[in-house]
Amino acid sequence: MDRRKMLGLAGAGAVGAAAAGVVGAQVFDSPNPAQAADAGAAIPFYGAHQAGIVTPAQDRLHFVAFDVITSKREELVELLQRWTMAAARMTTGKDAGSIGAVNGAPEAAPDDTGEALGLPPSGLTLTIGFGPSLFRTADGKDRFGIADKRPAALADLPRFAKDTLQPAISDGDICVQACAHDPQVAVHAVRNLARIGFGVVSVRWSQLGFGRTSSTSRSQTTARNLFGFKDGTANLKAEDAKLLQDHLWVQAGDGPEWMTGGSYVVTRKIRMLIETWDRTSLGEQEGIIGRNKGEGAPLTGVKEFDEPAFAVKDAAGESTIAMDSHVRLAHPDFNNGARLLRRGYNFVDGSDGLGRLDAGLFFIAYQRDPRRQFVPMQTQLARQDALNEYIRHVSSGLFACPPGIKAADDYWGRSLFA
Amino acid sequence: MRISRLLVIGVACSLAAACGGDKTEDQGGDAPKNGKITVTATDTECNVATTETAAGPVTFAISNKGAKVTEFYVYAGGDRIMGEVENIAPGLTRELIVELPAGTYETACKPGMIGKGIRGGFKATGENKPLTDDAKLKQATTDYQRYVKSQTGALIDKTTEFVTAVKAGDIAKAKELFPIARTYWERIEPVAESFGDLDPAIDARDGDLEPGQEWTGFHKIEQDLWVNNDVSKSGPTADKLLTDVKTIVEKANTVELSPLNLANGAKELLDEVATGKITGEEDRYSHTDLWDFAANLEGSRAAIAALRPVIEEKDAALAKTLDEKFAAAQAELDKHRKGDGWKLHNELSETELKALADTINALAEPISKVAPLVATK
Repeated sequence: MDRRKMLGLAGAGAVGAAAAGVVGAQVFDSPNPAQAADAGAAIPFYGAHQAGIVTPAQDRLHFVAFDVITSKREELVELLQRWTMAAARMTTGKDAGSIGAVNGAPEAAPDDTGEALGLPPSGLTLTIGFGPSLFRTADGKDRFGIADKRPAALADLPRFAKDTLQPAISDGDICVQACAHDPQVAVHAVRNLARIGFGVVSVRWSQLGFGRTSSTSRSQTTARNLFGFKDGTANLKAEDAKLLQDHLWVQAGDGPEWMTGGSYVVTRKIRMLIETWDRTSLGEQEGIIGRNKGEGAPLTGVKEFDEPAFAVKDAAGESTIAMDSHVRLAHPDFNNGARLLRRGYNFVDGSDGLGRLDAGLFFIAYQRDPRRQFVPMQTQLARQDALNEYIRHVSSGLFACPPGIKAADDYWGRSLFA
Repeated sequence: MRISRLLVIGVACSLAAACGGDKTEDQGGDAPKNGKITVTATDTECNVATTETAAGPVTFAISNKGAKVTEFYVYAGGDRIMGEVENIAPGLTRELIVELPAGTYETACKPGMIGKGIRGGFKATGENKPLTDDAKLKQATTDYQRYVKSQTGALIDKTTEFVTAVKAGDIAKAKELFPIARTYWERIEPVAESFGDLDPAIDARDGDLEPGQEWTGFHKIEQDLWVNNDVSKSGPTADKLLTDVKTIVEKANTVELSPLNLANGAKELLDEVATGKITGEEDRYSHTDLWDFAANLEGSRAAIAALRPVIEEKDAALAKTLDEKFAAAQAELDKHRKGDGWKLHNELSETELKALADTINALAEPISKVAPLVATK
């Protein structure tokens, strides 16, 4: 009750510059890094692109993949409409349903689960994507009359060398990425969406993440992954308008039309073999990554954002940044210029029974066309990356994220189902 | 910090509204003017000045400040339309007068005149009359009570046969009768559960009890039959089971049920399925959980069937959804029939159990809407 009321008034009253500026503002094409300044504030849900992509990466993640269990197109569309309503509410800090967690009839189960009562919007973003299996089943069945709308760029990912994927935590028909500065707010959002979806969708798998491992805006510092290294220094950033157009957003003419303004997301759960990494010498760790551990500078430079000089060789004639180092193999110069917008999170799912942390990186990368970006990049990394000794890819997902919701008469997936 | 600042803003606004001192045009949260409730609609927002009012005739004044033509609705549960204004062009203000009995409602603006609109909660407060004043609801409880009576009769008969087999040392016969006797129990369990101390005596599982408490009932005998393979000492437990069942049956047939008991009982039976049967926790020695599953589903269906005329009248779409979801759950369960009974729980794969869980979730959510529907006049 308080959550809904206080935010409604703060938004409507145009009082308090800080609150009104972010709650009420309609930011379309130009993401504003200042949004990240206040961890409690709301991120606009409406816009030309979905929020949660170039939005400055929040601290926490709850990523969920659903299987659609209905065979009826109208039930799926109905759910997408109900989800959009709930998402528009929750991202402004309101209860999932219009009656709320504590305002309904005492005989009724509340239409919001209540654990976010009293919490601010916390920068919550909810980003939806559609997996290849939504369009056509493995045996070729057109499930919802949308098979001919499947983007060519949404081609099933190939099997990469050393993949140890677990089907139960891979793929899915629909994904929702919930990011927020407060884990309770992200979990609340996923829990309520799952509840609204009962009978139409069923949760296939979900993943919690803490500690963003990428910065998606120059207003943010580069965070560290669980190997202790700065991760995503060369990431695409919200401010790189031209690069975003080239590498992130599906452009008119790319096809299909319903994806224009959207993006493709690849998720990989990458288990890190923390314990063996930790007893590797500092020099070897830095050699494997190709950057120093303290500053994050390339081994040929001094500062984090110095460009790596791949041609430089040491006295013995060996490349200073090794041929099998991670930074070299992932760099655009060795990937036909391809770049990704990475938005991954660290995870620790407790321990594994052998005394090891079940930990790693939940890799999330948005891009304009995985066939030209993630696939060739990962093919190369899987073959050559020195880091492979310390990581295992255990889950994989690929989803087409449609463009943003423009107004309240729009809904997630309308461009696909209309 | 963040919360406290917003709270201060909230208090300041609501004071201004309550005093009626601030009439600035562009404030979304205006105080009601002349008893009217102002609604400020834009293409992305629907600000209703107050979300609670006294039951009776209510006037809404809707101003469209968006760029799209909009509509305004007041819905009761199940999207029953209480009142609506269509075709409010940008810049226009229209009024809606609607008679709202005490209850919970939803308001909705529909920019572009399509979709479900931007919803908000709304409450009309007033006096409440007891539900039993309603003839249809009274009939529903009478019908359900008749069902309970028929089930309890069979429960006593089958429990008697089961107890006789146990005491005669006929393990094969007792094993055969165990899931059958439990079927009648599981169909009416929510009614039985309302008699606190007897339910554990009949149905407690190993581990439910505190140290020092005596374990009796169906599951103790289940362990003797399937694990110990020895019922030579089970006689007293069997006798006590029959006595307890007879006592609970007597109580169940005299208790006064409210229509809400039926609605909640239907939901609780499915909760039983979700938490105990799908996981295989209920009959952990015999693995006959699917018998209990089927019985819970039948019992839930019987309670909803008694309420059906009321559901049909108040929310026909919900009635239809319930029919479909019951049928879907039954069809999923029927895949596991074996002879006159069911497959054992440990014969089902993870995928099959997940499919069952999905159909139960799909059914239980709409069933949870029956109680508030029954409670609304």
